[in-house]
Amino acid sequence: MQGGAARTVRYTIARWIVVGIFSVLLAFPFYWMLITTFKQTADLYTLENNPFIFNMPPTLDHLRLLFGQTRYLVWVGNTALVGVIVVGITLLLALPAAYALTRLTGKWGENMGIGIFLTYLVPPTLLFIPLSRVVALLGLQDTIWSVVLVYPSFTIPFSIWLLMGFFKSIPRELEDAAMVDGLTRLGAFVKLVVPISISGILTVVIFTFTLVTQEFVYALTFISTESSQMLSVGVPTFLVRGDVYYWGSLMAACLIASVPIAILYNLFLDRFIAGFTVGAIK
Amino acid sequence: MAMRANLPLSAEALPDVAGPPLPPSPATPRVPWRRTPEGRTLLLGVGMFAPAVLYIFALIGVPFVLAFVYAFSDVKVGSVGYHWVGLENFRSILESPSFRKALANSFIFTIVSQILVIVGSTILAFPLRDKFRGRGLVRFLILLPWVAPISLGAIGWKWILDSLYSVINWVLVAMHLFKPYSAPMWLGEPTLAMASVILVQTWRLLPFSTVIILAGLTAIPKEIPEAAEVDGAGFWRKLFQIDLPMMLPIINVAVLFGIIFTFTDMTVVYVLTAGGPYDSTQVLPSLAFFTGVLGGDLSQGAAISLFLVPILVAVTYFMLRMAHKSEVV
Amino acid sequence: MAVVETRSLTKVFKEGDVGAVNNVNLQTREGEFLVFLGPSGSGKTTLLRMIAGLERPTAGEILIGGHVVNHLTPRERRIAMVFQSYALYPHLSVYNNIAFPLKAQGVKKELHRQKVEWAAELLGIKHLLDRKPRELSGGERQRVALARAIVRQPTVFLLDEPLSNLDAKLRASAREELESFHKRIGTTTIYVTHDQVEAMAMGDRVMVLHQGHVRQIGTPAEVYDKPADTFVATFLGSPPMNLLKNGAFVVGFRPEHLVPIELVSNPAITVRLRVKNTEYLGAEWILYGMANGGKFDGEGLVSRLGSASSFTRNEVYEFGVRDEDLHYFDRQTEKRAEPKVLAWQ
Repeated sequence: MQGGAARTVRYTIARWIVVGIFSVLLAFPFYWMLITTFKQTADLYTLENNPFIFNMPPTLDHLRLLFGQTRYLVWVGNTALVGVIVVGITLLLALPAAYALTRLTGKWGENMGIGIFLTYLVPPTLLFIPLSRVVALLGLQDTIWSVVLVYPSFTIPFSIWLLMGFFKSIPRELEDAAMVDGLTRLGAFVKLVVPISISGILTVVIFTFTLVTQEFVYALTFISTESSQMLSVGVPTFLVRGDVYYWGSLMAACLIASVPIAILYNLFLDRFIAGFTVGAIK
Repeated sequence: MAMRANLPLSAEALPDVAGPPLPPSPATPRVPWRRTPEGRTLLLGVGMFAPAVLYIFALIGVPFVLAFVYAFSDVKVGSVGYHWVGLENFRSILESPSFRKALANSFIFTIVSQILVIVGSTILAFPLRDKFRGRGLVRFLILLPWVAPISLGAIGWKWILDSLYSVINWVLVAMHLFKPYSAPMWLGEPTLAMASVILVQTWRLLPFSTVIILAGLTAIPKEIPEAAEVDGAGFWRKLFQIDLPMMLPIINVAVLFGIIFTFTDMTVVYVLTAGGPYDSTQVLPSLAFFTGVLGGDLSQGAAISLFLVPILVAVTYFMLRMAHKSEVV
Repeated sequence: MAVVETRSLTKVFKEGDVGAVNNVNLQTREGEFLVFLGPSGSGKTTLLRMIAGLERPTAGEILIGGHVVNHLTPRERRIAMVFQSYALYPHLSVYNNIAFPLKAQGVKKELHRQKVEWAAELLGIKHLLDRKPRELSGGERQRVALARAIVRQPTVFLLDEPLSNLDAKLRASAREELESFHKRIGTTTIYVTHDQVEAMAMGDRVMVLHQGHVRQIGTPAEVYDKPADTFVATFLGSPPMNLLKNGAFVVGFRPEHLVPIELVSNPAITVRLRVKNTEYLGAEWILYGMANGGKFDGEGLVSRLGSASSFTRNEVYEFGVRDEDLHYFDRQTEKRAEPKVLAWQ
């Protein structure tokens, strides 16, 4: 084989080896969740059985337990509700802010944008103690409203940063043309910039929603009642009866929560990267 | 021009440069700045971002200050008043072996996992650069650890690392590397527990880091590696002298993010080991949680979590410096 | 022996698609400056990249110095290339940019400084050796790219539209620098461009490409005065050659040869032109007119005249073309044909 062609074959093999190993290592836990969900408890807890195959026929028992005898669906509902509300609050505050910082305020606006982004880096594990007091004082303790209040504190900076990246990529001339045609600044924003940025806004919606579903520390700190809890805290906490882990239902819970979000996320990843690289790499 | 000052400013006295003089214009009223177009735009801008900024100030700025305020007090969950105790909390924390262990663990946890993440994601980014059949599926699989809620991924690992039913142990026993019932207790032995926690954190951060580094890799203009090829560079020289140096800024960004997300994370430790066995996997944030939230000692908890601040400040400084440098390009 | 030769070189990117490069045969002459000229999509860059080894040919052979090199990687072909964006390594100083090929080819370290300084001296950039590429102007970057290319003393230079990223004013002086550089060095050079002015000014020979096919190879005089087909005829020369269909032929004459009848003693063609638009360019006039009456009534024609003339819009003037200035092309094949006497009324 010609030298060039042989090299290409070697590259391809090396690529598949690297990609294959990483894919397996990274995705394995989810595959494991999938198998565990459908394996009978006896099959799971018999040490001699090969865990990779179904030694006994698969079962839906764990799913039945999860949906019928736990508050799983309540948590899913809580998380979805909180997600929707927080996305709403975030868009309401972040969209105009991002636009203002990109277009209307010049250099110090840019710097302010960086400053706002830096607040995203302030961790919940630093703020949760004072915030727990604030939440208690407001009487939101142990309700989903505590997190509805607090979550925008990190979804807004993140969204502003993402949106600034998107807005920067819209040529200024478009808005100038609109204003020459008779729109006001605000009108140009509402009628021109927002519709053009729909895909960017959708990306922000998806990413904000996933941030909400993933959050753990605040939900753990502010909410203790099972029926008010969020998904990511409810599952590891309340699906354990005493010291006994109901692994089958537990894995089912994890799988069902993870996969749909992953699918949505993947659809919007390219747009996210585009917005990210505008901001980070000059 | 001083000599001109004495001349009368009548029309006849001025030299006729461009035709007959214009009639005097009507007096224009002085418009306040806030009504000029520039002023209005700026006010609109401020109005548009003020709500967001206020929200952030209220929910991040104020609690941030409160953390300091609490740390210097003896406030507990049931407390009514506020008593200043100076550095008392810090003194007792620094003397506590739990705290010292947690501090050391935080560093080990962060440094080791970040090294693994950066090396792993850099290696993974290269093959992902080119389009190939199945790349979409591969991307989906690789992103799973990052997209799934952290606690759920951690619970999944807890099952995989279970002392009795670990699938890893089953494989090890099946390969005759261990006798049954003597396989490692991944979450039960101090060193192994630390390794497990590091493993799970690495697993979680790898996708995010890979995405960032891949973005940096694809930003390298195609002609530069081609020029290197024409100049005679082989695979390794291209990699180490061209690709990696050009990716250094973005690798820095990935590292800095990773440090923050890891150093300040409590979820992995909380779900996997709850800090055990015997504090061997306790880290600062989880210790702060156990002390301040579960234990009710708000002031001690706040004091512990304040030790996160120096790291945050250092990382922020480096990120700003890099952002500033890249602007110069 | 030709420095660079291609035989039936073909490149098809996607199966079933029309080829980007089709059956190209060429042989460079020692030390010449050969220009690949064509519009975008003509395959000129693909052809260059195949010679460099950055693109794999679908069929055909590439020879450098008499040896078939199809299977060799770019680094093994020992050619030098200057890219459109110059592709300077941004993280390395100018010195290290120029030294990079030496390191990559394993040249002894002691020789590096000497060779880098020789190349830098040649291009007048010795004072820039410690700078980084981002601190340099466009012209300076071009010189660094050339220094990097020449430091290994390659047998052939490949240049891919290096002037197209420069602004217009800089382009002329950069072009002049390239020409004098070539005269000094004398290395065989292949230069890709879409700009026919560059091609005419710089090339010892010009190879005109269209849709992957070579239409003509020749000196600038040959491609301009004896174009091989209507594509070459209209691609070179601005404004493009006037073409008129007459029977089985297409007859062409350049705008500078369509002159007022007073200046032509024995015109082969006479045309009454109604002036539609004129452009005064300082050194010359461009006249856009429409034939008025006769066989070619309504056809648009362009004339190019010295600035001494003056014409009024909408007036009709009589113009003529000499016999020697006519080009004949076969109407079917578009290729150059033997002159024939045709009816012009």
